[in-house]
Amino acid sequence: MKTLVIDTSTNILGVAILNDTELIGQKVTKVNQDHSSRLMPAIVELMKDINIKPENLEKIIVGEGPGSYTGIRIGVTVAKSLAWALDIPVVGVSSLESLAYQAKLRDGLVCTFFDARRENVFAGIYRVANGKVTSVKQDANVSFLNLAENLISLNEEVILLSPDIKKFEDLMSEELKTLAIIPETPFHISNPSNLALIGLDKDIADLHQLTPEYLRLAEAEANWLKAKEKGSD
Amino acid sequence: MNKDYYILAIETSCDETAAAIIKNGREIITNTVASQIESHKRFGGVVPEIASRHHVEQITLVLEKTITDAKMSWDEIDAIAVTEGPGLVGALIIGVNAAKAIAFAKGKPLIPVHHIAGHIYANQLEQEFEFPLLALIVSGGHTELVLMRAHGEYEVIGETLDDAAGEAFDKIARVLELPYPGGPRIDKLAKEGAESIDFPRAWLEKGSYNFSFSGLKSSVINYIHNKNQKNEEIIPKDIAASFQASVVDVLTEKTYHAAIEYKVKQVIVAGGVAANSGLRNSLKERFLSSNIPLFIPPISLCTDNAAMIGAAAGFLYEKEVFAPWDLNANPSLILK
Ligand SMILES: [Zn+2]
Repeated sequence: MKTLVIDTSTNILGVAILNDTELIGQKVTKVNQDHSSRLMPAIVELMKDINIKPENLEKIIVGEGPGSYTGIRIGVTVAKSLAWALDIPVVGVSSLESLAYQAKLRDGLVCTFFDARRENVFAGIYRVANGKVTSVKQDANVSFLNLAENLISLNEEVILLSPDIKKFEDLMSEELKTLAIIPETPFHISNPSNLALIGLDKDIADLHQLTPEYLRLAEAEANWLKAKEKGSD
Repeated sequence: MNKDYYILAIETSCDETAAAIIKNGREIITNTVASQIESHKRFGGVVPEIASRHHVEQITLVLEKTITDAKMSWDEIDAIAVTEGPGLVGALIIGVNAAKAIAFAKGKPLIPVHHIAGHIYANQLEQEFEFPLLALIVSGGHTELVLMRAHGEYEVIGETLDDAAGEAFDKIARVLELPYPGGPRIDKLAKEGAESIDFPRAWLEKGSYNFSFSGLKSSVINYIHNKNQKNEEIIPKDIAASFQASVVDVLTEKTYHAAIEYKVKQVIVAGGVAANSGLRNSLKERFLSSNIPLFIPPISLCTDNAAMIGAAAGFLYEKEVFAPWDLNANPSLILK
């Protein structure tokens, strides 16, 4: 089954095409956040390069977030618009889970996270055992310190993976001491094929129901709910 | 063009997720608009992040309805058109990326459209253009007088120096504590009130076709403030009527004089504020005795929609003005 994979949830833009789990081609760049103009050219060029036409595609898998709001909206919009026009299924996959697959070769704990600004991170904790990745703590928007406490309480070595690792590396080592395993930079960049490994087994989402996983309300909405709660007290 | 052509158009520049299929840039086949107004009401205005979230949720539903209602197959669609700008960047991005994905999937050319050109071309769904033509564009984001000497040629001869007309309506509605969206509320209230308060008209320097509404806005706020201080009664309907009259007078007179000076063959009105009954009546009356035909589209085509984008795309399709795959949303796109 020819599958197109799209991930634009962070400043990394990744697209790949696989035949079942076999990679045919991929393109990964980490330049800036201009995914809106660069995503379609990346898809068009990759497909041209490996001689696959839109009508050859049979499935689309997209990183549904968390991550940059605009980034995941672009990925999800392109994925579901393509799927709708081609009349093929589309699946959304956690961008944090897909990053955790970078550590799939070693049994143990993996924590993946993206900078969510204001000392917050979007983070997930996963366990690799017998070649399978399972969730230990659901993807969430948490403060950095909260995440560190969580990891310390697990009292186990943990592989830390994040495209924003440079910003957090020192802090993490300080908090987690010897529990933190921080690999070299290339490991922190999610391989888009990871999404295919997860998404191929996942149930097909209703195309129209597929929306980004923001893990956070829009600020105006959060404030509105707060005000409403206050009012009803 | 001898052959009929059909354009699937998408518009997501603000708080309406819209799609339409237009024949030859002139005839509506289907026109779908999913409005978010109910969601933004609680915030008293459009919240960009929330608008973007709704667009992602709605986009394929709106497209599906548009295609299904048209009972057309993809083979019959000749091009995909989309609003490139101006507007809210996060909102525009959804339409632009959906349009690019669909155009690529179906092997159709992609046509980038200016939102204001769309508002102008809403009139082409009603009658043929005759040049030179003067367009008054009045909405929440724009107040412009545009001269067109040919299809696709735009000369802005006047524009607002501060607030857009629709923005002034919204601000005064807020001062009068009317619920969002304020424009239609003021219009309704104005019908019941008397133009008893002499609010200023900003004519600016002689011969200028520019507009300014911030002085009027301050004047209304001061008037209410003074009345409150003196403990005198405020009559909202009279304020609404007097404020609206001030805006409408300036819009009407400047449009009329520009039409005479440039010897135009048609005057067309476009944008959300063109739905205002005070403005519609005043313009109709002013142009009645002239021999210049005035056209104001039905209210459903004044507010944001994709039919107008498909209409503006018609001329671009004939000229083969197509966009590459790196087309991006341009929130401050200039009309030229
Ligand atoms: Zn508009």
